[in-house]
Parts: sequence; C-alpha cells; structure tokens
Amino acid sequence: MRVVKRFGLDNLQSGLAVAVALVIGSMAIAGSAQAQSGEAAGKEHDRLVGRGVEVFQRCSACHRIGVEAENRIGPQLNNLIGRKAGTVKGARYSPAMVRAGAEGLVWTPETIDAFVADPKGFIEGTTMGLRGVDDADDRKALIAYLASFSTGPSNIPETPVPPRAGVDAGLPTEILALKGDAEFGEYLSGECVTCHQASGEDKGIPSIVGWPPADFVIAMHGYKSKKREHPVMRMIAGRLSAEEIAALAAYFNKKGQ
Amino acid sequence: MPISRRRFMISAALSTSTLAMPSFLRAQGKPKVVVIGGGAGGGTAARYLAKDSKGEIDVTLIEPQQAFTTCFFSNLHIGGFRTFDSITHSYKTLESTHGVKVIHQMATAVDRGAKVVTLADGSKVPYDRLIVSPGISLKWESVPGYSPEAAEMMPHAWQAGPQTQLLKSKIEAMKQGGTFVMIAPPNPYRCPPGPYERISMVAHIFKQKNPTAKIIVLDPKEKFSKQALFQEGWQKHYPGMVEWIPASILGSIKSVDAKTGKIETDLDVFNADVANVIPAQAAGAIAAAAGLTNDTGFCPIVPGSMQSQVDENVYVLGDSSIAGDMPKSAFSANSQAKVCANAVRGALTGSRVFPAKFSNTCWSLIATDDGVKVGANYEPAADKITKTTGFISKTGEDSALRKATYEESLGWYAGITEDIFGA
Ligand SMILES: Cc1cc2nc3c(=O)[nH]c(=O)nc-3n(C[C@H](O)[C@H](O)[C@H](O)COP(=O)(O)OP(=O)(O)OC[C@H]3O[C@@H](n4cnc5c(N)ncnc54)[C@H](O)[C@@H]3O)c2cc1C
Repeated sequence: MRVVKRFGLDNLQSGLAVAVALVIGSMAIAGSAQAQSGEAAGKEHDRLVGRGVEVFQRCSACHRIGVEAENRIGPQLNNLIGRKAGTVKGARYSPAMVRAGAEGLVWTPETIDAFVADPKGFIEGTTMGLRGVDDADDRKALIAYLASFSTGPSNIPETPVPPRAGVDAGLPTEILALKGDAEFGEYLSGECVTCHQASGEDKGIPSIVGWPPADFVIAMHGYKSKKREHPVMRMIAGRLSAEEIAALAAYFNKKGQ
Repeated sequence: MPISRRRFMISAALSTSTLAMPSFLRAQGKPKVVVIGGGAGGGTAARYLAKDSKGEIDVTLIEPQQAFTTCFFSNLHIGGFRTFDSITHSYKTLESTHGVKVIHQMATAVDRGAKVVTLADGSKVPYDRLIVSPGISLKWESVPGYSPEAAEMMPHAWQAGPQTQLLKSKIEAMKQGGTFVMIAPPNPYRCPPGPYERISMVAHIFKQKNPTAKIIVLDPKEKFSKQALFQEGWQKHYPGMVEWIPASILGSIKSVDAKTGKIETDLDVFNADVANVIPAQAAGAIAAAAGLTNDTGFCPIVPGSMQSQVDENVYVLGDSSIAGDMPKSAFSANSQAKVCANAVRGALTGSRVFPAKFSNTCWSLIATDDGVKVGANYEPAADKITKTTGFISKTGEDSALRKATYEESLGWYAGITEDIFGA
C-alpha cells in the first residue's frame, strides 16, 4: 500500500514540488537575462546535454542509450520521455516498477527528476541500484541528455500540454502577453499546414488546431530556443519572431472554434 | 522601369489603404488569374487564391489530367508501401469547395502581349495574372538512343502515372537473378534524393521476391543527396545488391537500346533486364513556348514573389522556376505557391502582402520503417532565394527514430495533399 500511496497523489505532489523548485530555479537564472537570445538558450541546452553525458556514466553500467541500444541489466532508455514505466519489451523490471506503470506512472522530465533524486523513496522496491543524484543541476543535465534520445513525433505534444517544467520555463511574460494578429497568422500558417493537416486530423504528425494560445506560444518558443527536440520544428520556429509566433497562436486557436 | 522599383511602388500604394485598388480593375469586374498546371505548385496556388480571396478573384486552373498522381510517394508505390489509388487525387474539391474553375486541357500557347492563354481545342482564356507551374520536360536527347517510344520499354517514371505502373510491373516481372539498371539524371532535376529512394524501394522488392537480383546505378554525377544515409542503408538492408558507379569511373553513356536492354558506356557494356532511364530535365514545355525560360532551360524569377523576371504579370512556380538554393520538390513548389498567391492577391485586390518565407523538407524511405529526412529554410535575397538554416538525418540513428521519421512522412503526405487539392 505504501507504494500506491507514494505513487498516488502524494508522490505526484512531491514530484511537482521538485518541478516547481526547478522552474523557480531556472526562472531565477533566466530572470537576470530575460533578454537572452534563443541562441544563448541553445548554448545552455548544449551545456546541459554535455554535462548529462558525464552524469550518465553513473547509469551506463546497467543502461544503454543511443544507436540500437539494447536492454542490459536495466531497460534501454531511447524514447524514455512519454514512456509508461515498466513497459519496454524484454526488459527485466521489479514488480514495483511494473505496478507503478500500471498505476499510470509515465516518464516525464518531472517524474524522472523525482525518481533519479531518490529512487527508493520514489518507488519503494525498485531494483535500480542508483543511490540518487543529489545535485539538481546534474539531474537537469541528465534529463536533457535523456530527452535528446527521445526525438520523434512521440516527443511532440499530441494535444496541448501544460508547460514542461525545466524545458519550457523562463519564457518572459511580455512574450506570453503579446496579442497575435490572426490575419498575419493565417498567411504564416501556410508553412505549418504543409505537414500539420489544416482539418485538424492527425496522422503521424500531431494536430495544432485549437490549442490555447499560451500553450502554442510556449511550445514554439521551446523549439525556437532548441530546448524542445525535433529538427523540423526547431528549423521552422527558429526564424519566427515572437510576433509571428503570437500571430500563429491566435490564428490556430481561432480556427479551432 | 525595373521590376523592383515598380514593386516597391505597388506595395507602397497598398500599404496606405486597401481601397487603393486600381480603379481600372474594379471597372473590369473580377480580376482573373489563370494557373497552368495542376500539380504541387499550381494546385496550391489556385486553392490559396480562391480560398483567401473569398470570391474576389476568378481562378481558372488548366490541367489536362482528370486526376493527378503524385511523383512524391510514387517510389513507395513501387516498393509496395502505397496503393496507386492512395497517391492519386481528383480536382473535385478544388472545384466544389473553393470554386476554382478547372479546364481539363493542355495549354498550347501564351500571348503575353494580349494576356491570353490558348488551349489545345483552340479556345482562349484571358488573364490579368498568369501562374505557370507545368513541372518538367524531359530532354530525351541527353541519353543517346532514348525517346518517348523507348520509354515504353525503358520507363523513366519521372512523371508519375502510367510510367510508374509500367516500371513497377517490369520490376516485379524481372527474371530471377536479373539485372536492374538505372541511369540517374544530371543536375538540376526534380527531387534530388528521388533516384536513390527509388533504388531503395526496388531493392526492397527484390529482397523479398528476387534476392539474387542485381541493381546497378549509372550516375552522371560524383555525389548525390543524402548519399551517406542511402549508402549506409543499402549496406545494412541490402548488402551486396546495389552497385553505384559515379561519372569519374563510368565516363559517358554512349547509347541505350530499348529493344535489347543494352547500355554502352565508356566503362563497359551493361545488359539490363529492366532499365530505368531518367534523362536530363528542363522547365515544362509551355514555359519555354511562352518565352519565360533563359539559356538554362528554366525560368528566372524575382526571389520575394516568384514573379517572372521576364514579365511582371506572370509568375513561375516549382520545378520550372530557378528557385536559387531550393531543391525542385513538391514541398518547395507548395511553399513557393503560397508566397506567390499572397503577392498576386495583394496586387489584384489590395489585400495585405506579407514577407516571403520559404522552406523545404524531403523525407525518403530506405526500407520498412527506416525513414530519413533533410530540410532547410530559405529567404529571398536580392539575386536569388538563399538557404539560411538546415538539418539532415544522421547515419547510425536508432531504429525508433527512423520509424518515427517514416511515420512523420505519412503525416506530411496527408498534410500536403490536403493543402494542394483540398480536404
Ligand atoms: C520519383 C519522385 C519522387 C519524389 N518525391 C518527392 C518527395 O518525397 N517530396 C517532395 O517534396 N517532392 C518529391 N518529388 C518532386 C515533386 O514531385 C516535384 O518537384 C513537384 O511535383 C513539382 O511541382 P510542379 O508544380 O512544379 O510540377 P508538377 O507537380 O509536376 O505539376 C505539373 C502539372 O502541370 C501539368 N502541365 C504540364 N504542361 C501543361 C500545359 N501545357 N498545360 C496545362 N497543364 C500542363 C502537368 O500535367 C502536371 O499535372 C518527387 C519526384 C519524383 C519524380
């Protein structure tokens, strides 16, 4: 029962608490440099991933990631973000991990952060031998590294998602407050609907019609600053100005109504 | 007056007021746009003009075919991943939903002075603005011995439709252990990775049905698009099956004989059981007939609008245009069409004209669930459309990512065909 409790609300809350701490932490960093360019954010991401490679050394005795990674003592970690816990085919799991997945635990930056900070505290009965990564920046780095192997449509939000702590944090409020010019957005949307079906159907590529504007803006700035994965989206978002992103957000929101 | 200065004056006039529409246009009734070619460029331009002008512009699309089979994904049809039906699209939605008038005829001449297009049956269609997107024409003489008749035995399948079906049936009927030879095209040609995606799909079929077959690529080039990715993939999925011979080893192609399958080159004589000959290419014939091409065989355009450099009332899209750094692809043609539609609508109705943004991404399938992609952003510079940023898939990517890339290409196909032909 304790496991259930840890995985139920309690733990979600403590996971969120950590996440909130992370948001505040990164806001503080970003605060001093709100005008920081997307390029600087990209550099920070590169630094994190670089550091993550080192932190991953603590995992690599049991886990593989990257090209054709296979299960070892622990499961392979490609496409970890968004994966339900305990579900990799052929991997060996503790009953506690399988149960956690069955109860709805999905690996997100927040849950990975909480788990890696204190594995046995997060999932009592996990067989993962890691003692825990104490340093919050190291965990952030590790997550950035793991996320870089989670590319692909599964890593694009299929539906509006709440901002991802640690990934989407630090967007200045002026940007969120920009009012979009929907007519301009309609013109710009021509570029989006070459891939994202204007009818809102999703097949291989997620729908972007009808999102709340704030979610749209946050996601696009996530790609623009290279914090979110996906090369096509980074390329497209990379050259859009904040006004253009706001215009698109306004247009696609309107289209969904 | 140079076009750029004129354009400046037009846009200055527009920005003062949307009512600044030239009075002669209003006097004439609805402005008329004629689009030649209902493919990736022309279909998109017609649809956006009709959709966005909400009836203010009279849009006529001239296209001889009743239905359009896309070249994009035609290789996947050859590989057995798509049905022919699923890559063939009708013009019904353009007519019924968007009010585009579609005339199923060939345009045979353009009188740019009188602003009139002549059709095969002799009838004439006047325009205020003309958009030309006729794709490519094949330079038969670039491969000695090749001709439209020879293509019935040695298909090019570089314009999709019956040629695609012919090539597919020949591949499937090839004798066990036979030799498939492709003559690849020289630059510039439509779809830079296309020939090599095709090789992948042919190999995919042979691996299942004809595992001792050989594939030889005779290439007039030294390198090709996504080369490292394709060669890695061929090695991985079809070891020993594909031999690629670059120009420096091959020399030139001296002749092809469609009846016997014999292909003579400086290097050797190849005997093909099935040959796929993809000759050199130029702009669609009507573009040349209309006097829009230069000595490259393609049409120079103004980078910010796709307006012809030869005639300010004419725009050229897609494969026929000289689009600077942009590759000749459906994605590019579709992207250019939207920039052009915005400019044409602005010029005719005074609607807002926004700055041009171009982009392209080409997905290719190497084997089941093994997709790769390459893409870039482009912006108009003074002299040409210029690449700004880009990306390409990497060798050694894991299979989950490759599968995701393939799935993404399915989404793209659904998206772009809806964007060209309507949903
Ligand atoms: C095997 C292959 C694979 C490809 N794969 C991809 C891919 O994956 N992604 C991608 O983006 N691109 C791909 N392409 C390229 C793409 O098909 C072309 O670049 C694109 O279709 C160009 O658009 P367009 O409008 O210039 O010409 P088209 O799409 O060819 O349209 C031209 C139309 O004009 C009509 N026409 C010609 N002359 C006249 C006339 N005189 N009067 C009236 N109508 C006329 C023709 O009937 C035709 O319908 C591929 C091409 C090939 C050959």
